[in-house]
Amino acid sequence: MNLTTKSLLLLAGLALAACNNPRPDTFAGAGLDGFGNGTGITTGTLGDPNDPRSIAHFQQRIGDRVFFTDDSSELTPEGRSTLQGQAAWLRSNPQFAILIEGHADERGTREYNVALGARRADTVQRFLIAEGIEASRIRTVSYGKERPVEACAEPRCWNINRRAVTVVSGGVAG
Amino acid sequence: MTRLFTALLALVLTLGTAAQAQPLRLQITEGVIEPMPFAVPTFVPEDAGGSQYGEALARVVAANLTSTGLFREVPPEAHIARITSFDAGVSYPDWRAVNAQALIVGAVAANSSSLTVKFRLFDVVSGQQMGPGLQFAGGIQDWRRMAHKVSDAVYSQITGEGGYFDSRVVFVAESGPRDNRTKQLAIMDQDGQNIRTLTDGRSLVIAPRVSPAGDRAVYTTYQTGSPRIALMDLRSGQAQLVGEIPGAMTFSPRFSPDGQALVFSAAIGSTTDLFRLDLGTGQMVRLTNSPAIDTAPSFSPDGRFLTFESDRSGSSQIYVMPATGGEAQRISFGQGRYSTPVWSPRGDLIAFTKSHAGRFHIGVMRSDGSEERLLTASFLDEGPTWAPNGRVIMFTREAQGGDPALHAVDISGRNLRRVPLASPASDPAWGPLLP
Repeated sequence: MNLTTKSLLLLAGLALAACNNPRPDTFAGAGLDGFGNGTGITTGTLGDPNDPRSIAHFQQRIGDRVFFTDDSSELTPEGRSTLQGQAAWLRSNPQFAILIEGHADERGTREYNVALGARRADTVQRFLIAEGIEASRIRTVSYGKERPVEACAEPRCWNINRRAVTVVSGGVAG
Repeated sequence: MTRLFTALLALVLTLGTAAQAQPLRLQITEGVIEPMPFAVPTFVPEDAGGSQYGEALARVVAANLTSTGLFREVPPEAHIARITSFDAGVSYPDWRAVNAQALIVGAVAANSSSLTVKFRLFDVVSGQQMGPGLQFAGGIQDWRRMAHKVSDAVYSQITGEGGYFDSRVVFVAESGPRDNRTKQLAIMDQDGQNIRTLTDGRSLVIAPRVSPAGDRAVYTTYQTGSPRIALMDLRSGQAQLVGEIPGAMTFSPRFSPDGQALVFSAAIGSTTDLFRLDLGTGQMVRLTNSPAIDTAPSFSPDGRFLTFESDRSGSSQIYVMPATGGEAQRISFGQGRYSTPVWSPRGDLIAFTKSHAGRFHIGVMRSDGSEERLLTASFLDEGPTWAPNGRVIMFTREAQGGDPALHAVDISGRNLRRVPLASPASDPAWGPLLP
């Protein structure tokens, strides 16, 4: 491997770290622009969950994720309610952009799960657009079954891993 | 790498030249078979340098043949006869006495840089040599490959099938915790030896495939932060992104049989469709246009058809369509979900992953969907890849709560075995027989 490749891989790794943190609850607010877009990383603080304008409030009080049933990308009533809360927050905090991560549980083949995660992320994206959020503020990615949050190989973990997570970034939190 | 060359030895042996009615032959298409007992004594060193390879070569050949489940070794401790000269006559009664049916006699010469290996195969029962003797020469770093070539020649001579021992497998080497796995592209010999990693693990990589010539790999990488297809030259390790579509996640690539094109999936909005990319011209063609998930495409060996999985009927099933697109025929109709269809190199079978009632299976069916047979069952089996001769399938198995490991199974469903690797591994992609 030559130096150019190494540099590319390094850059790519940085970009990945910047825009696809699989653990949004430990996420410190980073830019959405990935490899090749040429813009830098913005850093914000999570803030106090009691501050309704904070990312911490979005994550902990509104809920940054919705869950799906097996092999489905349909929103549950709870999921719709969460997303309505997310949309309201995003309407009143227009400086933020979001990345929607679609995930699947481990009970499927790897590449199908990439496609399924993409469909879940798209479902959330379309819901938020219908709620008035500009498409230009939204990006999606699918991780398939590659980034579970719960490692156990049991239904209680699969239920948590079948998710779409809305990662807020691109702005300065209060 | 030193290129191996093969040379036929001009062998005119005086022993057993009379035509025999029943040559040694294993019919591996039959059902249950009794493994054929064979003996492979230490290869005779023909010079001082060769003495350090004689035992190792014999052990690799023995391990290869035994791993097929078709052969059983008569252990060296049981041998009566000692092979001290490559050209001395074979004492058949001594080998019959230990119940060996096949005897492999080898010899090796080596200096500081190069190695020459030769062998002859004998049918102990009828008392005659089988086929021509062969000689392989190359660099000392390729000594295992020469043992694999001996194994392939013996396997082919006895079974009438092509070999697969001198081949490599590209796979994903895994490390780290389950919720934050590091995944590196890696390559190994088919028996799990000579592992080299090809990417540094900074970017998640999944589902590699090897080009028909074995010179390139194509895989899905998250190096941009989103699924993209990378094409790597396996000699240089240089990779580049290919098949990018604005606004799409692209993944699940596979080579065409001529190596000139890729077929892959692109997720655009809520749908995932199939595309074809000409690697020479960069021209891209959409092959499917359905609101469903169409993924895991694989060409027929003649390049005329594609098999792929789609959930257009409501759950994942296997379809076949012309390689240029057009109407797709569903071929899987059993219970459960069917995924990852892969056409066999012979063209007759399609291997797949099936999940049903909480279990996962590797199976095969004919390319019209008939004669489905499940070869394995476990908590999670997925992602079959064919050995170059179409007799063996390698796949990923993950025990409940355990790490993934590579396994192989004969298409008869016999001889399920774990590929011996020290670390977790997934997504095998079997390359061609090496030249």
